[in-house]
Amino acid sequence: MQVYLDNNATTMCDPQVVEVMQPFFSELYGNPSSLHKFGTATHPYIRKAIDQVYTALNASDEDDIIFTSCATESNNWVLKSVFNDYIVNGEKDHIITTEVEHPSILSTCRWLEEQGVKVTYLPVNDQGVVEPHVVKSFITNKTALVSVMWASNETGMIFPIKEIGEICKQNGVLFHSDGVQAVGKIPVDLQDVHVDFVSMSAHKFHGPKGVGALYIKNSQELSPLLHGGEQMGHRRSGTLNVPYIVGMGKAIELATANIDETTAKIREKRDRLEDALLELSDTFVVGNRENRTPNTILISIRGVEGEGMLWDLNNGQIGASTGSACASAELEANTVMLAIGADNELAHTGIRLSLSRFTTDEEIDYTIEHFRNAVARLRAISSSFAKVQPTPGGEAGECAMPHHMAH
Amino acid sequence: MAKDDLLGASLWDAYSNKVTTLMNNPQHQGEITPEEAKAHGNKLIVADFGAESCGDAVRLYWEIDPKTDKIVNSKFKSFGCGTAIASSDVMTELCIGKTVQEAVKITNIDVEFALRDDPETPAVPPQKMHCSVMAYDVIKKAASLYLGVTEESFEEDIIVCECARVSLGTIQEVIRLNDLKTVEEITDYTKAGGFCKSCIKPGGHEDREYYLVDILADTRREMDEEKMKAAADAQLAGADNFEEMTLVQQIKAVDAVIDENVRQFLIMDGGNMEIIDIKKDDDYIDIYIRYMGACNGCASSATGTLYAIESTLKEKLSKKIRVLPI
Repeated sequence: MQVYLDNNATTMCDPQVVEVMQPFFSELYGNPSSLHKFGTATHPYIRKAIDQVYTALNASDEDDIIFTSCATESNNWVLKSVFNDYIVNGEKDHIITTEVEHPSILSTCRWLEEQGVKVTYLPVNDQGVVEPHVVKSFITNKTALVSVMWASNETGMIFPIKEIGEICKQNGVLFHSDGVQAVGKIPVDLQDVHVDFVSMSAHKFHGPKGVGALYIKNSQELSPLLHGGEQMGHRRSGTLNVPYIVGMGKAIELATANIDETTAKIREKRDRLEDALLELSDTFVVGNRENRTPNTILISIRGVEGEGMLWDLNNGQIGASTGSACASAELEANTVMLAIGADNELAHTGIRLSLSRFTTDEEIDYTIEHFRNAVARLRAISSSFAKVQPTPGGEAGECAMPHHMAH
Repeated sequence: MAKDDLLGASLWDAYSNKVTTLMNNPQHQGEITPEEAKAHGNKLIVADFGAESCGDAVRLYWEIDPKTDKIVNSKFKSFGCGTAIASSDVMTELCIGKTVQEAVKITNIDVEFALRDDPETPAVPPQKMHCSVMAYDVIKKAASLYLGVTEESFEEDIIVCECARVSLGTIQEVIRLNDLKTVEEITDYTKAGGFCKSCIKPGGHEDREYYLVDILADTRREMDEEKMKAAADAQLAGADNFEEMTLVQQIKAVDAVIDENVRQFLIMDGGNMEIIDIKKDDDYIDIYIRYMGACNGCASSATGTLYAIESTLKEKLSKKIRVLPI
């Protein structure tokens, strides 16, 4: 058996999605911008995909949802165009985000800092979320934008988007949310919350890779990132990626149509897995599970280094993830673990398991067994559980505070 | 960056078969108890290096025959990734049968080499080299405990890059000899900074005492000072000397005189100049210059300014000098 538990990284494309995409490669391949019937023949299908996305997110007809190539593009678009429209060509000079955003936000913010923008990186609390009053306390009359993720890729924790949205609205500050880990996993109702911009990506909800979207409230001003043929109502140039747009429409419909029912089933499996793993001694899971995306577990296992654990899981045909230590090229501790204030020694022991609606009960059983075996093996090797103590003078000092984003 | 780098290599695929095998089934994992060592009439040394908070930690056990100082048995415990566990395992293997004095000569390079499947292919990708450094460090610690000396006493040079074991002296020397200007060049010449990258600049995986960026800046500053001093000395030595200098020395000497006497006035007026070439025959030394910034096209640049430059150089260096703007 092989088990894929890395669905926060990417998901399997649903076979139903692949099926609806098929005709748009070699049959209905016209360019939607063309006047002839080859082009216009695609229009009904694109219109349907647009409807599917608007329905899934309960967006108003006054809003724009622009298809992009991915959420990285959507995030870059918002940050760089807000920079252009409100900072370079306006009176503002400040952007607020969080320490735990995706690299497409953090790296872009660092670049903006090089361009002279002031960026505030908000800390998260011990639950791994930013508190609304913290956002409020950093807003000034020079703040152009607040960008806070809807849910964390690492912990699955859901951020108080509704409250932050109200604060931004009251203070007249634009509000963007990276919704990549929320859309398709939890209900997202864009008429219930006040958000100016939301980024999303199809491959996180069983759609194809290479297509995403940016929601723009009330079709408000935001200069384009990509200039060219003025597709998508002049907002985003580039020939429409028809098969992928059709696929994204189908995928978001499948993910959200019965979201309460679907997520209840995922949650049940997740909780069962989480409970079983927490029976192991010296483990803890980040964040209250009621406020977490229903598919995610970030568990710390004392004495077991994250990459070593991934190795053993991989040997057992289980795909999981860690943002910690040796796994990344930068050799850093898991920044989210550090940000939530976990002990330094636990910052290198995080393993993320993320389920999907395709995860089966058999796979959960198999994972529980292999996970326990791996922990037992690695703890038997681990110096953390060694009994014979060092010769006097042979003790090691604690590490200097692991490198942490200093802002 | 080029074609081969477009798709980042998979970390684990770069491990040697030995690393994989030892991670899956370490041979010397375990503990030696004081009772065990005592029963054999041997001395037990247990040393720790690293910490969970650093991302990897190792505990090394040596059972030593006190009569011969020979390590008769060795085991380890490790908190770390596959490379850390495999490195620890092969480290204990290398220790067994050696005297403490011999064991302390084992370096991380030896550990990494012992993990190779064939002598030409590295056992681990560059960013994993620091895992084998821990093995080296913990051996030094164990040996210092047994011999009752400090760990530093085993280290003759100041090591800047632990992964590639490159000393401060070596790095300073290659910068000077090869006129290196970037950290990337230092890495190309010495491998320092090519692995875990902690020694490049502050903020990496580990805190270091020396960083390549600082060593480079300091060495370059020293080199510049020496160059200026050489030029100044040449200037003092006077005209006779100038005519016999090599072209490079002449350019430096001219530059030094310009720096000292002329350049600040040009810069004050928003201009500058550079030396393009020096050509000489029996009668003249022609110095070709190019004006920059506001000097370019300024009326005085062909009259007053030019005269001032030429007369200064004549006075300081040689009567044969002519200055020709191009």
